[in-house]
Amino acid sequence: MSKINFATLLIWLVAIVITTVFVFILAEIIVYGLSGLSWSFLVEPPQNAGRSGGIGPIIISTGLILFVAIATAAPLGLATAVLLTEFTPQDSRFGFFVERSIDILAGIPSIVFGLFGNAFFCLYLGLGFSILSGGLTLACMVLPILIRTATEGFRAVPNDYRLAASALGLTRSAALIHLLLPTATPALVAGLLLGIGRAGAETAALIFTSGYVDRMPDSLFDSGRALSIHIYDLSMNVAGGDANANSTALVLIIILFLINSTSISLANQWMHKRVISS
Amino acid sequence: MNPLLLESESIAHKTSNNSYTLGPMQAGTPCCKPSTLLSIENLSLYYGNKPALENVSLDIYQGCITALIGPSGCGKTSFLSALNRLTDMIPDCTVTGNIHYKGIDLHDPTIELLKLRKEIGMIFQKPVPFPLSIRRNIELPLQEHGISKQSELSSIVQQVLLDVGLWEEVKNRLDSSALDLSGGQQQRICIARALALKPKVLLMDEPCSALDPISSAVVEDLIKRLQGSYTIVIVTHNLAQAKRIANYAGFFWVKETAGCLIEFGQCKQIFESPTHELTAAYVNGCRG
Repeated sequence: MSKINFATLLIWLVAIVITTVFVFILAEIIVYGLSGLSWSFLVEPPQNAGRSGGIGPIIISTGLILFVAIATAAPLGLATAVLLTEFTPQDSRFGFFVERSIDILAGIPSIVFGLFGNAFFCLYLGLGFSILSGGLTLACMVLPILIRTATEGFRAVPNDYRLAASALGLTRSAALIHLLLPTATPALVAGLLLGIGRAGAETAALIFTSGYVDRMPDSLFDSGRALSIHIYDLSMNVAGGDANANSTALVLIIILFLINSTSISLANQWMHKRVISS
Repeated sequence: MNPLLLESESIAHKTSNNSYTLGPMQAGTPCCKPSTLLSIENLSLYYGNKPALENVSLDIYQGCITALIGPSGCGKTSFLSALNRLTDMIPDCTVTGNIHYKGIDLHDPTIELLKLRKEIGMIFQKPVPFPLSIRRNIELPLQEHGISKQSELSSIVQQVLLDVGLWEEVKNRLDSSALDLSGGQQQRICIARALALKPKVLLMDEPCSALDPISSAVVEDLIKRLQGSYTIVIVTHNLAQAKRIANYAGFFWVKETAGCLIEFGQCKQIFESPTHELTAAYVNGCRG
């Protein structure tokens, strides 16, 4: 067998193994979870510690936590990336230290973020076990991902654009808004999706911050249970909760899938519109 | 008044029997009454501690095409970027010496950089259309410089596209992406975009070298048409092109590590009776 054929085979094998693992997980969740899925499951509150009833309040809490996390992290992440790439000289110590700190932050286990969030947001800032605490903790956690991807996105924009814009007498902010930002959009969206994915799947960081309470939250200061915590709780602490755990997992996967596909298509549409009309 | 300016005026007295200070144009169409628009004195340029260009002094005459020739890496592009202070954008780059534009010191800290770059436009070797529509490519810089009336914008867009000979080719697809155009068309969009700002000077860094021969000829004809209305400084490796279009030519060469200006004069003189042996060797194709 020639070398090229061997390499081709290896690549296919790796691809098949990875896909198989994903398909197996998905298949199991669908097989055990699909039967429990219904409209009432999506809107009703859980009963009997989640063994019966639905996950309505939990979906709402998850949405609110994600919203708080992304609404906080996205502007901060974007601003940091812009500062690092456009307004900081490449070899500056400041930039070096910020980037190293971000790398280290990205490698910290989520349980540590959970403990930090509990100590800082819940206790020190007095936010208690609340959706706000959980969202802000998640924001800290996804911030490194957002900054990294956005930084890469801005660095990938050809320097020619910056030079050409300057040569035309455009201000740096004009070049940023009209040229760099739109060009970097695919990378920004990709980073946002990675962040949402990570935040949506997060359990450990939320246990100590947003809490376990599974009723409908009244406000952001109320405690709320995220989908991932619900899955964890049902499969670990509640005997006979496996069926609903699988259904909840299926819902979580569908939600993440929907968020991914809509944001990609929105970004594409937006880019298209910029070229055509704006 | 700087000494270079005085010098060129004294030449004017010597040759007062004709209307040109340096004699009639020898190449290209007679375009102008040469008066100094940009005067460069002892310009040196360093990247970090490494000199890229040393002690360049020359005058750029209003309305003329000045070609800068010489081998790669002798600092021609660096020289060009110093003229609109685009060197500010390059980290570690320091420029010493004087550049006066209409008598104003370019390194005066009070100078308005955005206005300066509006007056001294630049075209790059590789066409850099922005990832926007053809129309937006031209409108964006105009809007940033304070023109907001849609009718005015539209008429400028049409005018500059006519000027660069692109109107017939693109008038039905102004709203499609400028990236879909051919290389030659992209370069002409870039020239149109610069012309829209009504610059006085156009700096062109090998504007034809990334183009096929036909597009290159189209762009060259365009540059020739701009002669007289604009002051053009063009870096080119195409000696035949320099000979065809330029009024003045400067020959750069690398001495030790830094580039320097060997000879500057009328285009015809540089090509036909160069005074320096390096110039003679280069234009005759023996070296470089």
